[in-house]
Amino acid sequence: MVGIVGYGAHIPRHRIQVEEIAKVWGADAPSYKKGLMLTQKSVPPPDVDTITLSVEASKNALKRAGNVDPADIGALYIGSESHPYAVKPSGTVVADALGMCPSLHVADFEFACKAGSEAMFVCLGLVKSGYIKYGLAIGGDTSQGAPGDALEYSTAAGAAAFIMGSENLIAEATYTYSFTTDTPDFWRREYQHYPQHGGRFTGEPAYFRTTMGAANGILEMSGMKPADFQWAVFHQPNGKFPLRVAKMLGFTKEQIEPGWLSPRLGNTYSGASPIGLTATLDVAKPGDKILMVSYGSGAGSDAFVWEVTDRIEETRDKAVRTAKLLDENLTFVDYGTYAKFRQKILKND
Amino acid sequence: MFPSRIWREKAQRYRLEAGKCTKCGYIAFPPRLICPECGVREFETITLPDTGKIVTYTVIRVAPSQFTDEAPYAVGIAELANGVKIMAQIADCKVEDIKVGMEVVIEFRRVQTDGHHGVLSYGYKFVPKWY
Amino acid sequence: MRDVAVVGIGMNKWGEIWAKSFRDLFVEAALMAIDDAGVDRLDSMTIGCMTGGLFVGQEHLASMMADYLGYKNLPAARVESACASGGLAFRTAYIEVASGMSDIVLAGGVEKMTDVSGDGATYALATAADQEYEVFHGATFPGLYALMAVAHMEKYGTTRDMLSSVAVKNHHNGSMNPNAQYPFKISVEDVNNSVMVASPLRILDCSPITDGAAAVILTTVDIAKKLGKPIIKIIGSGHATDTIALHSRKDLTTLDGTTVAAKRAFEMAGKTIKDIDFAEVHDCFTIAEIIVSESLGVFEPGQGGVAAQKGETGLEGSFPINTSGGLKSKGHPVGATGIGQAVEVIKQLRGDAENGRQLKNNPKTALMQNMGGSGGSTLVHILEVA
Repeated sequence: MVGIVGYGAHIPRHRIQVEEIAKVWGADAPSYKKGLMLTQKSVPPPDVDTITLSVEASKNALKRAGNVDPADIGALYIGSESHPYAVKPSGTVVADALGMCPSLHVADFEFACKAGSEAMFVCLGLVKSGYIKYGLAIGGDTSQGAPGDALEYSTAAGAAAFIMGSENLIAEATYTYSFTTDTPDFWRREYQHYPQHGGRFTGEPAYFRTTMGAANGILEMSGMKPADFQWAVFHQPNGKFPLRVAKMLGFTKEQIEPGWLSPRLGNTYSGASPIGLTATLDVAKPGDKILMVSYGSGAGSDAFVWEVTDRIEETRDKAVRTAKLLDENLTFVDYGTYAKFRQKILKND
Repeated sequence: MFPSRIWREKAQRYRLEAGKCTKCGYIAFPPRLICPECGVREFETITLPDTGKIVTYTVIRVAPSQFTDEAPYAVGIAELANGVKIMAQIADCKVEDIKVGMEVVIEFRRVQTDGHHGVLSYGYKFVPKWY
Repeated sequence: MRDVAVVGIGMNKWGEIWAKSFRDLFVEAALMAIDDAGVDRLDSMTIGCMTGGLFVGQEHLASMMADYLGYKNLPAARVESACASGGLAFRTAYIEVASGMSDIVLAGGVEKMTDVSGDGATYALATAADQEYEVFHGATFPGLYALMAVAHMEKYGTTRDMLSSVAVKNHHNGSMNPNAQYPFKISVEDVNNSVMVASPLRILDCSPITDGAAAVILTTVDIAKKLGKPIIKIIGSGHATDTIALHSRKDLTTLDGTTVAAKRAFEMAGKTIKDIDFAEVHDCFTIAEIIVSESLGVFEPGQGGVAAQKGETGLEGSFPINTSGGLKSKGHPVGATGIGQAVEVIKQLRGDAENGRQLKNNPKTALMQNMGGSGGSTLVHILEVA
């Protein structure tokens, strides 16, 4: 038996609205809002990056885990496509900040937006094999969208952390299945500042084919049907894709509602479905089954079936709920401040 | 900033580790070799609490070069829950909203970036308590 | 311990002195002091300089300055205590003469701050604070004093206008000082409307970046008599350190280092603050002058701003402070400031202060207070006409 012992998220306080971005580029805000089902996204200030988000999310996970000694965590993996360094691990800073050093394995993961769920998959495996007692899996990003590009409306910042173990579980991972093919829908070459994408090619042949592949794979493997689940969380590059794939698979809007955050959060990339999972756990009841399917361009999806235990009741409020981080104490910024924060302005250096 | 200088202060900047005098209870942050109150040279390692109140603050508008992009930013001294006073930036709030006596919590943040090439410095900042 | 007198003073015009080099600034002031004293030799020299290394890449001032002063093999030492380096040079020279080790010692101070960018100067000055626990977080010197100002305003109701009145008074005095960097008057409105540096301190609350040097000659009373100079004795010298970081202080509204250093000086002199006719204090920022005036015991705690606004510290007031114009108007070439204070004190005690800033009531006993960093070190000296 393996699964989640503690979970937590962290989202920065700043937001920028679609209208603010559209204004600068002369784009039609209402059609972006309608087409992408997005209203705003989170913006990290200059002192927030994937490492700092990971530390704060992990602190929340430790609070919910209860009495897990950080020194007993045998592995820490951060999946991100915006690690602060090209070479020098993010995970070591987080491990040292949480008092986990020196007896643990650390690696930084990447695979576009599924780098976080990768970390989760690997931790589950290491716990299951008995190699480690606990593993800390984090998915987080402060990704960049090219100025004036469609992605600029959605690239956001946030992180989720999960402590995986084999006892005192909040949710058991009863099935995992991963679906992977080489599909170049979204990429960034070395030394390029912004990513490129294949426009409409990112839809059916990439996001949908891969997500459906993983979802159908795990449903077949587990012998379960959509109606057997209380909740489902999909990767959410915008508001529309997860709604559509849910419908295509036979899930209802109510099932995806608590984990459907992108309309007011944006796309937190490696944090997307993981943060969606934390928001779902915040409202789940003992016995609930949650389907989670991540998606990373390139392309792959990691699917999980989670079964919530009794322990959710006493643990969910040991740390701040994700919806609170999402909706309260917000500061809205204008495009100039956003550009300054995200270093989109050419400086004299 | 040279890496060894950043690395040496990790325990304090990442985990707020301090030294508590085994005789008189004086808390040294950063840790010291000798207690300035009673002269004893034995300390136990403790962690500072992550909540406190602002004792004084200022909004820096003319910033040193590492911080020009963040100006105006607030720097303050907070008295933590155990009575120890430390200095840090106050983040995530409009500088006009800061008040002496404001409750704050400590968050892990990137404190310095050192241009395009240098090592990143992480540490603690104060954030207004909102939940 | 022998009695020590100050017999010669020298000071060049302070400001942005592009044409003069670091070594020439010092030598110029030193030669003025030697000429003023009329001495035909020096036994040794102490030089106050905060950081020749960071500003102009020059350390080893002992060798450089003795060399360029033309004194072969002169024993010399550079002493450092951030902005109190000059006061420390003064005390070091005093101890050397008082102890009998030397008879004639030059105490000088110099700083050349304009051969670096504004950022470079900020960086150099920040080395006076706690590098890893204050400067690392973005604290600047105006920031540290602003933190004290906020605490003082919260506790005592000190106002923006009270801070401004200190700058106005100092400029009024400095407008009569031929060596001042900014010899012109300003108004309270000028200060209140000047650009904000670190709230609540504005640019006109802050002492400037300055090039300059000053020097004094200390000797025995016997030699002073032989030189035919008015006998002005150093009757008290007090020195105290305090915590490097502001957050380690017990009270952010006082400068305990000043109180302790002053107490030591008063004890040695057998005097109290009531015996002092005027003072030169370290107004690196307007709030510093206010807090120092309270910590010296001139005014009750919390009353320093009130008194300044009422004019108590002006030339005609009950306790004139900074007849020179203070650091604000005269300038603050860091290592030279403490010696610059001595130059003004001697002028006033001799009756020689120029252009109408001479105190009219025949001052006899003066105090100078020179402070480093946010109060981490303080030197207090008491001088008296014999």
